[in-house]
Amino acid sequence: MQPVTIEAPHGTTIVTATFDGGVVMAGDRRATMGNLIAQRDIEKVFPADDYSVVGIAGTAGLAVEMIRLFQVELEHYEKIEGTTLSLEGKANRLSQMIRGNLGMAMQGLAVVPLFAGYDVDGGTGRIFSYDITGGRSEEHGFHSVGSGSLFARGALKKLYRPRLNADDIVTVCIQALYDAADDDSATGGPDLTRRIFPVVTLVTEDGIRRLSSEEVGEIVRAVVDARMDDPNGPTAPLT
Amino acid sequence: MTTPFYVSPQQAMADRADYARKGIARGRSVVVLTYADGILFVAENYSRALHKISEIYDRIAFAAVGKYNEFENLRIGGVRYADIRGYSYARNDVTARGLANVYAQTLGTIFSSGGEKPYEVELIVAEVGSAPEDDQIYRLTYDGSVADEHNYVAMGGNVEQITEQLKRHHREGLTLEAALKVAVDALSRDGVGEKRSITASQLEVATLDRTRPQQRKFKRLVGGRLTRLLGEAEPAAEPAEADAEGAAETAPEATPETGEE
Repeated sequence: MQPVTIEAPHGTTIVTATFDGGVVMAGDRRATMGNLIAQRDIEKVFPADDYSVVGIAGTAGLAVEMIRLFQVELEHYEKIEGTTLSLEGKANRLSQMIRGNLGMAMQGLAVVPLFAGYDVDGGTGRIFSYDITGGRSEEHGFHSVGSGSLFARGALKKLYRPRLNADDIVTVCIQALYDAADDDSATGGPDLTRRIFPVVTLVTEDGIRRLSSEEVGEIVRAVVDARMDDPNGPTAPLT
Repeated sequence: MTTPFYVSPQQAMADRADYARKGIARGRSVVVLTYADGILFVAENYSRALHKISEIYDRIAFAAVGKYNEFENLRIGGVRYADIRGYSYARNDVTARGLANVYAQTLGTIFSSGGEKPYEVELIVAEVGSAPEDDQIYRLTYDGSVADEHNYVAMGGNVEQITEQLKRHHREGLTLEAALKVAVDALSRDGVGEKRSITASQLEVATLDRTRPQQRKFKRLVGGRLTRLLGEAEPAAEPAEADAEGAAETAPEATPETGEE
C-alpha cells in the first residue's frame, strides 16, 4: 500500500516565554502546503479563555477546530459551574483532546498545540507543551513548537532571562521568530511590505491582551533595523 | 366499586396554576430593566453562591425566581442549548427568542403533563442589542406562556408594588447608577408599601453591557464597584429611614435546595 500524502495546510512556529507577572505567546503567520505558501496571514495563537492562550502547530484545519471546541468547553464549564477551571485543569482537558486525535495523527495529520496561561492561584505565567499522544509536560521559562521551533528555541535560550519585563520579553519572542523564519522555509518572517506581523498575545493578571498590529510593527521594525547591521541578530556573551 | 373522584380539567389546571403561583410569590423578587448602555438585572439575594442571575451566552442573560433546583435545571439546559448552537453554527445564531421558545416548550410540557408537579418558577431571558431599540426582554411563566416585555419587568413576591414603582420611576436612557437606584428603590418596597433598606451585601446585580469590548457582554457587579454605584446613587437627601429592615414583612425565601454545587 502506498502511503497517502495529504496536502493540507500546516501551521509552523509558535514561541512562548514567561516573565514577571505573566506569559507571552507569539506565532508567525505562514501556512504551507508542501512547497507552497497556502496562506500569508493565518493566525495560530488563540485565546482559550480570559487567562489562557493556545498556539497551534500541525494540520491547520484540525487544529483550529480543536481549539474552537476547547474554547467552548472552557466557557461552558465556567457558565455551568460559576467558576473557571484551574490552569492545570485546562491543560489536562487539552491533553485529552489531543489524545482523541491520535488516529489522525498516525495518518500524518498531527495537531501539537502549545498552551500557556496566567495561573490566578499561583500568580505566575505557566507553559504546557504536548506530544501527539497527548502527553503533557510543563515547561519552565520558555518553549516553542512547530517546524521552526529548533531555531526559535536556540534563540530563546540565548536571549531569555527570567526577570525581563513584558516589553523586553515580546522583543525576545520576535527575535526568536525571526531566527526561525531565517532558517526554516515553512515559517514566515515579518512581512514589512504587506504589514503582516506575528500575532503576539500577553496574558497577565488583567487577562489577555493581543498587541495591536501597530505595536508589534514597531518592535518588528526595530528588530529588522538592527539586523540590517547584524543579520544574525543580537549576540550573547561568551562567558 | 368506588367511583373515581372527578376533577374537571379547568379545575385541575387552575389548581396547578395556583400551586405554582403561591410557590413563586413566597420568594424574594428580581427586577430587570433597561438603561442607556444595556440591561440591568437586580435581585435580592442573600447567597453569594446560589445565583438567581446568570450568563447564558454572549448577549443573553437569565434571571429567575422560585425553586432553586428547578430554575437551575432550566439554566443549565439553556447554557447547553446556547453553547451547542453557537458551536455548530455561529455565535450570532444564538438568540434570546430561540432560547425563550425552548423554555416555553419545556415549561408548557411540564405544566400540562399529568404526572409531574408544575415548576414553581418564573424566568426572564434578555438579550442586549447593539442599540437600545434592539434590546429584548422575554418573561416566561410556570405554564410556558411567553411575554415580550419592554423597558422593565419584575417577578417574584410583591410584584404589583414593585412594578408600580418601576413604572413611576423608569425612564429610557437612564445611567447605570440611576437605573440601579430605581431598581433598588422598587425592590425595597415591602407588602404594605413601607420602605426598608437593602444593602449591597443583600443584592445580586449584573449587567448586559453593549459597550463592553469583549464578546461576552455579561458582567456581575460585585464588591467595591457595587457599593460605589449604590453610594453615588444615594445622595444625602436619602436618610436611613427604615433600619428595621421590615423584618416581619419579609417573607422567608423559598429555601434553596441542597446538593447543588
